[in-house]
Amino acid sequence: MRNLRKEFVKGLWNEHPIFRLLIGMCPTLAITTAATNGLAMGLSTAFVLICSSTIISLVKNIIPPKVRIPCYIIIIATFVTIADLLLAAYLPDLHTVLGLFIPLIVVNCIILGRAEAYASKMPVLDSFVDALGMGIGITWGLTFLGGFRELMGMGTIFSQQILPAGTTSWGIFLLPPGAFFTLGITVGVMNQINHILEHRRTERTSVEPTMAGQTAES
Amino acid sequence: MAELALIFVGSVLVNNFVLVRFLGICPFLGVSREIDTAMGMGMATTFVLVLSGVATWLLDYYILAPFGLPFLQNVAFILIIASLVQLVEMFLQKTSPALYRALGIFLPLITTNCAILGLAILTVQRDYTLIQTIVFALGAGVGFTLALTMMAGIRQQLQFADIPKPLEGAGIALIIAGLMSMAFMGFSGMIAM
Repeated sequence: MRNLRKEFVKGLWNEHPIFRLLIGMCPTLAITTAATNGLAMGLSTAFVLICSSTIISLVKNIIPPKVRIPCYIIIIATFVTIADLLLAAYLPDLHTVLGLFIPLIVVNCIILGRAEAYASKMPVLDSFVDALGMGIGITWGLTFLGGFRELMGMGTIFSQQILPAGTTSWGIFLLPPGAFFTLGITVGVMNQINHILEHRRTERTSVEPTMAGQTAES
Repeated sequence: MAELALIFVGSVLVNNFVLVRFLGICPFLGVSREIDTAMGMGMATTFVLVLSGVATWLLDYYILAPFGLPFLQNVAFILIIASLVQLVEMFLQKTSPALYRALGIFLPLITTNCAILGLAILTVQRDYTLIQTIVFALGAGVGFTLALTMMAGIRQQLQFADIPKPLEGAGIALIIAGLMSMAFMGFSGMIAM
């Protein structure tokens, strides 16, 4: 049970797919112009990730190892098509905004990466929990980035006015360069936080503080 | 002819695949450390972009569209691209070992490059003809190579720079990409697409 908890938690921070592993960058940069878009993209990706990881884990013993990658891609593409059609039917506005990047979930490295590195080796429950953690990680990451860019660019979050009306908004955050800046700085801040946390941990555990914690960062 | 030139310039500069459209960011951040590698990756990607652009266009025009199967688009396109990349890899290995040595290591990575699938879907959305598709793919590839090579050049110089520790690696690469993207925004408005 404890093991499952660990599998779940790692996707939320320590092995956060976007901020720590830096995979699945294309949708991360492209659609996070508003918190709503980030949330929608995060949930769609999480849906595909959870479904495909579970299914791949279920059928992993039937698939011959030589053709496993094409098989995984077909499973993933099927769920992406389901997500694509569901969004088009029930949330047509969001579907238009996310546009090209919904079908591109197929080639999101996070999903194939989890399939190859985790779901193809682990039992079903573990894969499900792992995908759930990673999915929630992606969702909060994209929502955070979207919220930040929306706040800076328009003074709103989820279309609710946050900054007092009349504050100068930085339109650059809604344009492509803003995506790169926001993500770059977020990655830097996450690294710094982790560095401090690690530093504290080594100080607490070892009586004699060593230099190991300080040089571990790379 | 003028229209084709517009498509080409548009996809190289105005709507650069990497810096404006955000397609193919993974190799952009991962491979762009040395200029030679970046050029190799760029050329391999351009090659596959053109081939897969043609293949997916033919598939869509002659099979998916006439039989009313657009919902199979994702599955069919990714299958075509994956098998095409495999085929190119095997073909190069047999016929041109020199080219294979230059491009070979990049080929498996290209399947999951969103620029390839993105281009295939974009051409269908815009109802391009076969010629337009080829020009568009070529432009996208050149734009990708340009961005990748420029990034590699900057990163080579960056090895000697004093960067704040938390920003080392990905952080600084993203900020540089932001600045480059800003520069490329200067091209917007040049062509209305």
